[in-house]
Amino acid sequence: MKIRSQVSMVFHLDKCIGCHTCSIACKNIWTDREGAEYMWWNNVETKPGVGFPTQWEDQEKYHGGWELEDKPKNPQLKLKLQNRLQTFANLFSNPAMPTMDDYYEPWTYKYGDLFNSPLGDDQPTARPVSRVDGKPIDIKSGPNWDDDLSGSNIYAVNDPLLESMSDDDKRRLFSIEQLFYFYMPRICNHCLNAGCVAACPSGAIYKRAEDGVVLINQDKCRGWRMCVSACPYKKTYYNWATGKSEKCILCYPRLETGQAPACFHSCVGRIRYLGVLLYDADQIPDAVRVPDEQLVQRQREMILDPNDPSVIAAAKESGIPDGVIAAAQRSPVYQYVKEWELALPLHPEYRTLPMLFYVPPLLPVLNSTQENGAQRVEAELFSSLEKARVPVRYMSRMLSAGNDEVVLKSYRKMIGVRIYKRAETVGDVTAEEAADALAQANMTAEEAEAIYRLTSLPTYQERFVIPPYSREGDIEEIYDPQQRKAESGFGKSQGAHRGL
Amino acid sequence: MLNVLLFVVFPYVALAIGIVGTIYRYLTNQYSFTSLSSQLLENDWQFWGSTLWHYGILPTTVIHLAGFTVPKIMAALHSTPEMLYLAEVAGKILGIMALVGVGILLYRRLVSSKVRTVTSPVDWIVLALLFGQVLFGLILAFGYRWGAAWFLHTATPWMASLATFQPAPQYVTALPLAHKIHFLTGFLLFALMPFSRLVHIVTFPTSYAWRRLQLVIWTRRKAAQ
Repeated sequence: MKIRSQVSMVFHLDKCIGCHTCSIACKNIWTDREGAEYMWWNNVETKPGVGFPTQWEDQEKYHGGWELEDKPKNPQLKLKLQNRLQTFANLFSNPAMPTMDDYYEPWTYKYGDLFNSPLGDDQPTARPVSRVDGKPIDIKSGPNWDDDLSGSNIYAVNDPLLESMSDDDKRRLFSIEQLFYFYMPRICNHCLNAGCVAACPSGAIYKRAEDGVVLINQDKCRGWRMCVSACPYKKTYYNWATGKSEKCILCYPRLETGQAPACFHSCVGRIRYLGVLLYDADQIPDAVRVPDEQLVQRQREMILDPNDPSVIAAAKESGIPDGVIAAAQRSPVYQYVKEWELALPLHPEYRTLPMLFYVPPLLPVLNSTQENGAQRVEAELFSSLEKARVPVRYMSRMLSAGNDEVVLKSYRKMIGVRIYKRAETVGDVTAEEAADALAQANMTAEEAEAIYRLTSLPTYQERFVIPPYSREGDIEEIYDPQQRKAESGFGKSQGAHRGL
Repeated sequence: MLNVLLFVVFPYVALAIGIVGTIYRYLTNQYSFTSLSSQLLENDWQFWGSTLWHYGILPTTVIHLAGFTVPKIMAALHSTPEMLYLAEVAGKILGIMALVGVGILLYRRLVSSKVRTVTSPVDWIVLALLFGQVLFGLILAFGYRWGAAWFLHTATPWMASLATFQPAPQYVTALPLAHKIHFLTGFLLFALMPFSRLVHIVTFPTSYAWRRLQLVIWTRRKAAQ
């Protein structure tokens, strides 16, 4: 058993209010530079919707992620983009490169015109200009262009996930009385079997063994852009100004100093949890080759119980420091993902083993069969889960590679908790009904209470259990701190210029 | 005197600048080693331009280098008329591919304002020189046929004389002007390498052919887990 630790994440979609504060916190720190304006290492999408870049989930278009060979015996995993030989053949023109039109052309406004225009009869205006070539542009899209536009026949109808839905479900999603939507914040998933790492011709992308953060070595990156195509989540971006690819770094400089990443720290809805997961790296080759419907379960099996003495012994054997093991034992992510099985990976069928997990959104709790919208939250809701306004099919397509049961299990627990707490605090549900709900969700009252506490009342320290880092031992002692201070974040004293 | 300057001194200086400069740049500013792709900004012409260019110029360059380094093998390869004819046709096709490719690359850089934004002065110089170099190469190919054969008795001994530090410019000084321009531009481009995006040539990712797909790196531990 080869145990590694991963700083892993849970986003509780029920709590996301779609304020985009996370996106702005990230943008202000990391991507407010020339060439990076169009990048959103953290973005928030309205689902159903097309997302960013447009229709990123359509892998027939973008060729991201892995696919299993189509043969019954010992199928191997292959990058959907290309094999090694094709990588060389396609080196000069990336075959599945999204262009700026798939993202959006960043712009600013000519604010100076408001002040410098000559006196006239017309109000001066600040025209939008491209931040690439400075020319006036007609703004046609942006990073959250379809914000709140689920149910729209112009935008949301192009959501690639709708393809697999039944006509009835689709009709529901687009009828004004019944449409629903939720927000999905996305950052790099810091995958265990990352497509970007595997596709990089230069070998510039790597996973940090200490905490599992996936990084691009800016010195080794040669701008072949294969990572951009191979990442099914489209979370690596090509900086057109510096000629290097960049991606979310999970704010590792913050993590190393004991702070939560900026998007986590700033989250208004407090939907984000961060903690260590211990996993068995030897199981990765098996875990990525199981049939679609088993992917979530298999990934959970890889994640090990940090309180199990044999796991602790093996972790020490693998060189994981005691402090990290202790952090893993308090990890909120472990509870959500493994203990309660509430949180699910985004698109496990891409087979990259993403380590960011989502608790599916329960809201709106209104039943789609209800006419006037008013409804008592009660035990009966439980049986009508299949008729709930959030079509389970849509969620399973997104979070469990199409396995409805995995999503339903998560939902049953959440509804169970809701009914249980309703009985306790409001009292319009009887204790028997509550007990019945818990039994149906296959959980105890203690578990329901624990889920309730970590969902609704967690403190900062409970949401973010950051493992201790020992960077003082990692940084070369001969490295002058003054020189380090003068560098521009890339560890380069020259600054990040394009070419020479 | 001028011939010595152009065909002895200049090649040595160009090679020295190209090699020392590229190594120096790699050691001091590896960050600047990149292909500087503009495919994100313009992807309609990029495929045709870049693919034709690279698929044309890479074999052409390799054949040129083989003519310098292993002339006997190259001579043996076209020892029959059929093979010589094949070499002639293949060379011309590759040259035309490269010319069309670099022409498209030049065109897209001229017409796309976004691509123009990320074009530096040295990019223009290199692109123009490459276009000219391939153009003159084709002029030689069409104007002075059977280059595969005469190459080995003009350019090769000249290069060999430079390599053995017994320079013999007389092998090339009597050639027509087009030849001389082609030779000199070749060395000029080599000298420009450390000052331009041409450095991406030396970063061709050969190790991808055998490297492990997943890379996991410990900050301090050398032995990979």
